[in-house]
Amino acid sequence: MSAAAPAPSEQNVGRRKPLDALTGTAPPAIEVRKLVKRYGKVTAVAGLDFDLPRGEVTALLGGNGAGKTTTLAMLMGVITPSAGSIRILGIDMVRERYRALPRMNFSSPYVDLPSRLSVYENLLVYARLYGVTAPRKRVAALLESLDLSAFRDRPTGRLSAGQRTRVALAKALVNEPTVLLLDEPTTSLDPDTGDWVRGYLEDYCRAAGATLLLASHNMAEVERMASNVLVMRAGHIVDQGQPDALIARYGRRDLEEVFLDIARGRPAATPDTDAPS
Amino acid sequence: MTGAETATGVASGARGSVERVGALVSRYYFLLRGSWPRMLELAYWPVVQMVMWGFMTVFLATKTSYVAHAFGVLISAVMLWDALFRSQISVSLSFMEEMWSRNLGQLFMSPLRPAEMMAGLLTISALRTLIGVIPATLLAIVFFDYSIYEGLGIPLVGFFAALLVMGWAIGLAVAGLVLRFGLGAESLAWVSVFALAPVSGIWYPISILPGWLQPVSLMLPSAHVFEGMRSILIDAEFQPASMAAAFGLDAIYLALGAACFRHCFELARRDGQLLQSGE
Repeated sequence: MSAAAPAPSEQNVGRRKPLDALTGTAPPAIEVRKLVKRYGKVTAVAGLDFDLPRGEVTALLGGNGAGKTTTLAMLMGVITPSAGSIRILGIDMVRERYRALPRMNFSSPYVDLPSRLSVYENLLVYARLYGVTAPRKRVAALLESLDLSAFRDRPTGRLSAGQRTRVALAKALVNEPTVLLLDEPTTSLDPDTGDWVRGYLEDYCRAAGATLLLASHNMAEVERMASNVLVMRAGHIVDQGQPDALIARYGRRDLEEVFLDIARGRPAATPDTDAPS
Repeated sequence: MTGAETATGVASGARGSVERVGALVSRYYFLLRGSWPRMLELAYWPVVQMVMWGFMTVFLATKTSYVAHAFGVLISAVMLWDALFRSQISVSLSFMEEMWSRNLGQLFMSPLRPAEMMAGLLTISALRTLIGVIPATLLAIVFFDYSIYEGLGIPLVGFFAALLVMGWAIGLAVAGLVLRFGLGAESLAWVSVFALAPVSGIWYPISILPGWLQPVSLMLPSAHVFEGMRSILIDAEFQPASMAAAFGLDAIYLALGAACFRHCFELARRDGQLLQSGE
């Protein structure tokens, strides 16, 4: 595979960029304040506060059950927060999420596309749902750039895991989102395809100026792609920073070792006074 | 951001809604188009029911003056009842299709609103009901020389529409309950409408029901439709009041069905069920 991410269309990018983004007064892509999610007596997310600057890749790390998927789902509006606020591109997601959703997209192993519809049909339906201008053209471009043209008319349920992951990625990019939330985007991909997808996403984010929030268990992926890392445990953000800074602070060789330290409750060698307690 | 300004140039307001409803309908259309057994299945049961009740009519016409006097009363009843059932099951099944395929979370992360989802489900229900029922009505002409179009005339359009809307109301309520209680509640989709059959007066007049049950019956649009149908076929008399009552009740039940769906949707968002749906 050698195709590069297609540059977002001039028309859409021109329409997307608000004036405040050009004058430097744009609010962060994502602003989260005191975000809480409780299911009965269980607290899945316990008071998150963070800002994600526009145009950057941030990784959300944490073990199973740390609250990553719940956080992403709240950001997308499919789970209602118990308390707190979320603003995406300056828009209040609790009260006005339908203004923000056309500018966002999402991919996760927890959701799927209808297996009996062909790849083309699925992408066309989503292109129309997102109101994409010239949906057939956009879908054709995505099929081409994600090396899926050969599977255009194949039912999605008959694809291999790797092919389905690429189709899910195509769906996540169908509206050329400004804010992209990806939950384990390269899971089930072989190393070569995973590397290709990471490159594709980097190209896309660079070309579109998109903000990417990435939940991943692949630490090499995070080190490569993310400029900032949020680490969650038991519903809290327990540490954050640039990958290199975290590695240095914990006195480790790579992010995987840092992750293990944090997951097992071992403190940083050099505590960061700015990090959340 | 103004109403017209969005990331993708999507139209906002009513035009945007129509585009999204159209997108959802195209999803169900693709599903039908890709599977001829599904298309066949839509028409299969209405035709089987019609044939069975057609032969029953032929037999009873030689034995009872009631059927002999109004030959089409049983065949018309079975076809109208099937319109109600097809309408309801089409809403419920199309919705459950999203749960089976784990697509519900994706849909509601897109700009699709619950009201647009409902509009899409109702639209595809109308199409599926027509696809299911029309072949049976045409075959009734071929097999039994009975045309429901001639028998009921223009009021047939009203009867069909009243039952279609009643089916929509039940279908939306069932979809909401399946969303709330999971696919374990999917049997509701198959049984709910049949609970109303005994008091809908499909085969017999409401007047034969016990006195205390008749007011219950008259709270159903279907009872007014079947009373109106018999009035035309037996007495050759159209009763506008029955039709008006059916549509008035439909409006109430459709509002309740939509409110049930909406309420269950909000509960599903609160409890994180939109991402957990699936087989």
